Amino acid sequence: MSAAKGMIIKMYDAVIIGAGVIGAMTARELSKYNMSICVLERSNDAAAGASRANSGIVHAGFDAKPKTLKARFNVEGSEMMPQIAEELGVPYRQNGSLVLGYNDDDRKILELLYRQGQENGVRGLEILGGEELRKLETAVSRSAVCALHAPTGGIICPYELTVAALGSAMDNGAEFLRNFEVSEILEDKDSLTIYASDGRSVKARYAVNAAGVYSDKIARMVGDDSFSIHPRRGEYLLLDKDCGGIVDHTIFKVPTKKGKGILVSPTADGNLLLGPTAEEQEERDNTDTTAAGLNDIIAQINEEAEGVPVRAVITSFAGLRAAADTGDFIIRPYKTRMVHAAGIESPGLSASPAIAVRIAELLFELGLKTEKRADFKAERKSYYWFRRLGAEEKDAYIKDHPDFGKIVCRCETVSEGEILEAIRREPKALDLDAVKRRTRSGMGRCQGGFCSPRIVELLAREQGIPIERVTKSGGGSYLNICRTKGGGQA
Amino acid sequence: MNREQIDLIIVGGGPAGLAAAVAAYDSGVRDMLVLERDVNTGGILQQCIHNGFGLHRFGKELTGPEYAWEYERMAAERNIPIRCGTTVLNVSPDKVVTAVNSDGVSRIEAKAVVLAMGCRERSRGALNIPGSRPSGIFTAGTAQKYVNCMGYLPGREVVILGSGDIGLIMARRMTLEGAKVKAVCEIMPYSGGLARNIRQCLDDFDIPLKLRHTVTAVHGRERLTGVTISETDEYRRPIPGTEEYISCDTLLLSVGLIPENELSKGAGISLDPITGGAVVDEKRQTSCPGIFACGNVLHVHDLVDFVSEEAALAGKSAAEYISGGLDEGAPLDLKPDGKIRYTIPQRIASRDEDVKVYFRVDNIYKNVKIKVINGDKTIFAKKLAAAAPGEMESLTLTGAQLAECGDAKLEFVLEAG
Amino acid sequence: MKQELTCIVCPLGCALTVEIENGEVTEVSGNTCKRGADYARQECVRPMRVLTTTAMTEDGRVIPVRTDSAVPKETLFDCMAEVNRVKLHLPIKRGSVIIKHIAGTDADLIASKDIERGI
Repeated sequence: MSAAKGMIIKMYDAVIIGAGVIGAMTARELSKYNMSICVLERSNDAAAGASRANSGIVHAGFDAKPKTLKARFNVEGSEMMPQIAEELGVPYRQNGSLVLGYNDDDRKILELLYRQGQENGVRGLEILGGEELRKLETAVSRSAVCALHAPTGGIICPYELTVAALGSAMDNGAEFLRNFEVSEILEDKDSLTIYASDGRSVKARYAVNAAGVYSDKIARMVGDDSFSIHPRRGEYLLLDKDCGGIVDHTIFKVPTKKGKGILVSPTADGNLLLGPTAEEQEERDNTDTTAAGLNDIIAQINEEAEGVPVRAVITSFAGLRAAADTGDFIIRPYKTRMVHAAGIESPGLSASPAIAVRIAELLFELGLKTEKRADFKAERKSYYWFRRLGAEEKDAYIKDHPDFGKIVCRCETVSEGEILEAIRREPKALDLDAVKRRTRSGMGRCQGGFCSPRIVELLAREQGIPIERVTKSGGGSYLNICRTKGGGQA
Repeated sequence: MNREQIDLIIVGGGPAGLAAAVAAYDSGVRDMLVLERDVNTGGILQQCIHNGFGLHRFGKELTGPEYAWEYERMAAERNIPIRCGTTVLNVSPDKVVTAVNSDGVSRIEAKAVVLAMGCRERSRGALNIPGSRPSGIFTAGTAQKYVNCMGYLPGREVVILGSGDIGLIMARRMTLEGAKVKAVCEIMPYSGGLARNIRQCLDDFDIPLKLRHTVTAVHGRERLTGVTISETDEYRRPIPGTEEYISCDTLLLSVGLIPENELSKGAGISLDPITGGAVVDEKRQTSCPGIFACGNVLHVHDLVDFVSEEAALAGKSAAEYISGGLDEGAPLDLKPDGKIRYTIPQRIASRDEDVKVYFRVDNIYKNVKIKVINGDKTIFAKKLAAAAPGEMESLTLTGAQLAECGDAKLEFVLEAG
Repeated sequence: MKQELTCIVCPLGCALTVEIENGEVTEVSGNTCKRGADYARQECVRPMRVLTTTAMTEDGRVIPVRTDSAVPKETLFDCMAEVNRVKLHLPIKRGSVIIKHIAGTDADLIASKDIERGI
C-alpha cells in the first residue's frame, strides 16, 4: 500500500481532506469543473464522523445570528437543498419546524428569532398561538402556548446525502482514498504533499480542509493555529417506524445558551428521532452514549410532544459536533494553497451546498484555473430506485435480475440485488455499517440480527476476502474471529 | 405479475407453518401453499443444533434439524407444495397475499391464511445500553447462526446478558468451540431459561450466573474490549457503586423474543399488547375472519413441541373455515388479572367443546391457586405447587363449564393457597 | 448425605433430591418419571452428556452432528478435539456415523441432517 521511495506521487488539482458532508459536497461541486480531484478519508467509508450522527435537519435559518457565516450559508444552503436532494436521489421532505414557547418570556424569544429570521432572509416565518399550533400539529405538548413556525425547515438523511454527493463526484471522475489518516503536510513551491500515517501520500495543487473535529489539527500541519475545535457530543434515540407519524414537524423548544436543545422529529426515512444532548468533551473519537444522556432525553420529551412511546426505541447513538472556539463557521483560505472549512457544526448540514460553492470560489481566488465541464452529470440514481417501483415494475425487473427478488433484510425489505449494488457501486460499501447506510438493511427493528450474517457473506464474496476479515465499520471492528473447525479455531 | 388463487396460504415454513400445513392436509385441504423466506424449511430449528426437542411430540429427544426433518418428511409424504426463498410482503384483510422471490412478485388470493412467521430477538438498541458502538455485540441467535450454520467463531471472551434459553445454549456452544464465557448476567432475581439448561450449559462449565445484574456500559472503539456490569435493585435499576468491569471481546444478548407481527399489523389484525401477537379465539382465528396465527408469532413458546401442537390446531381450524366456516356462539373474553400475564386464547368463540387455555404468570410463585371466574361463580379452580414466568401453564375448561357461563367475561385469577 | 440436582433428561427440569450413603445412591425423590431416577443415580456416579456440535465438510461448510448416546461429561472436550479434526465427504445422510466410539467412549458421532454435495 505505501508508496515506495522514488515512486511518483500522484498530483491532483484539488485534494479534499475529509469525506463528511462538507468534503463530499465540495468534491461534487468541484467535479463540475475540468480538474482532478481526490477525497481523503481517515475511516473506511464516507460520512463516518459528524455526518453519520446528527439530527438530519435542514434548518430554515432563523437560529443563526445575522451577518454570521452560519446565517448566510444556512439560508443559502437550505434554499439549494431541494434541488440537490432531487439530483442525488436522496429523500428530502420540507416538513416545517416549530419552536415551542411555554410562557410570555418564551414568546419574546420567539419574536426575537422571528426578527432574526427575517433579517437572515428566511421565508414564511410566523408566530402561532396555542390554538393554531395544535391545529398544525396535534401531538404537540399541551403546555406549549405559542410557537415559531418555519415552513421551509426540512429533513434529510445526512449520511445518505454525504454518500450520494461523494458518489456523484466519483461518477464525474473524483477519486476517493479511504483509511487515509493525514499525518503530515509538506509545502513546496507549487504544491502540498499530504502524507498518511500508513505511508501513502498524494500531492495537491490546492487542498480543502474539511476534516471535521480534526480540522484544527490539519490546520496546524500547515502552520495555522488560529482556531481550535471543541467537540460537543450529542446523544440520540431512534424510534421504530411505527412512531414516525406521531409528529409531522420538527419540534424544538426555545433555545437556551447551550443550543437548540432536544428536538422531536420524524426522519426522512420515517422513524422518529429524539435528541440531541450537548456535552463538551476533549476526545475526538468518543461517541459513547451515556445512561444520563439517554435519560435526559426521555425526561424532556413530554415537554414537546405527547404520546411518544419511549418503549419503541430501536437504537441510540451519539455524534460529535465540530464546534470551533470562534463560534462561527471558519471558511477562509490559509496562505496560498489551502481553504479551511472548519467549525462546521449545526447548521452545517443545511449549509453544506452553499459552503461547497463558496469553497470553490475561494479556490478560484487562490488561483485554481479551470472551466466548467459540459459533460457534468448532475443526476445520480437513488439507492431507493428499486423500492420506489410499483409491484408490476418490480416483478418485471426481477424477471431479468433475480437477486432483487431475494429479500435479505426483512424489517426494511431490502433485497440481495440492492445490497450487491451498494457493495459494487462507488463509493463502494466495504463493511456492514456502510451497507446499512446505503440500503437501510439492518436499520430496522431487529437491528441486523437476521440479515447481518448474509450481508457478511456477500461482503466477503464480493471483495474476495475471508469472512473473518469482514468488519462492522473498518479498522479492527471484526465480526468473526476465526473458523470453528479445520485447524483455524481459537 | 403472477396471479394465483389458492385455498390456504401458510406464511412461514418453520415448525409452526409445517405443522399447520400437515394438519390442514389431514383435515382435507388439498389446494395449499407454504411460503418460506429462507432457502430451506425448518426456520430457526436449523440453527438450534442442540437436543431437547420432540419429547412431547415424538417421544424422543431430537436436535433442531432432526425435529424439522420429521415435519419436512410429513409434508413431503403429503406432497404439500412449499415455496422457499419467498418473502411475504403483505397480507390484506381480505386475504390477498403479496409475495416476492427470484421469479418475481406474486399476488395470491386465498380463502384462508395461517400466519406462522415466528419471532425475533430483542436487540441492543431496544435495551438502551449506553457506551460505544463497537463490533462484537450480537444477539445470541445471530451468534448461533455464525457458529452453527456458517462455522465461524464470533469471539473468544464472552459475556452474556440475559439468561434466556438461547443465551444459555450459546454459553455452552461457545465454550465447546474454544471461547471463554466469563459470566451470564440476568437482571431478574431468577433465570427465564429452563432449569436443565442452567445445569448442563452453565454449571457443567463453571460459568457464573449473576442474578440481579445487568450490563451498564460497553467499551471499545472498533471491537468490544469490555463491559461494565452492575447489580440491580428490585426495580431493575443499576445500584451505583456496584460496577464491575469485565474484559471481553463479545457480548451476547439473550434478553427476550418478540413475535414478528408486521404482516399482522398490515392486515389490521388486533394485537395483544402483552404477548405482542394476535388476539385469537380457541381455534387460533384472529380478529380477521379466515386469518389464523400460531407458534411464536402468536406468543413466545418454551418448547417447539407446543408450537407444533398449536399450529396443528390452527391448520385444522383453517380447513374447517375453508369448508364452510366456523361456528360463532356467544363469545367469552378471557381477562387475566395481571399476575397471570396473558392467556391464549384471549377469547372463546364457541362453547361447544373443551378448550385448553395456556397462560403465563408474571413472577415466581409457590403454592398458588388459579381460579376461573364467570360473574360471581368460580367455574374452575386448580392448585399449582409452583409457577414461573419461564414456564407456560395450561388448564382445560370443559364444554359443560363453558356452557354454564352467563357473563361474557371469564376472569383468570391467581391466589395464594 | 442429601444432594439437590436439576434433572436434565427433559425440559421439565425436575428438582431432584438424592440421598447418598457411603457413595451409593439410596433414594431419589422429586422426579416425575423413572428416567429422572436413572439420571440422578448416574449423575452422582458419573455424569453423562449428549454432545451436539458441528463438523466440517470437504467443501468448507459445517453440518450439525451429535453423539447417539450420552458420553462421560469429562470427555466432552476430547470429543470436540476429535470432531474438529474431521473433514466429511459428501453427501451425508442424517443418522450416518461420522466417528465410531468417539474419544474412546461407547457413543458414535452421527450427522443430524442430510447434506448434499455442493449447493
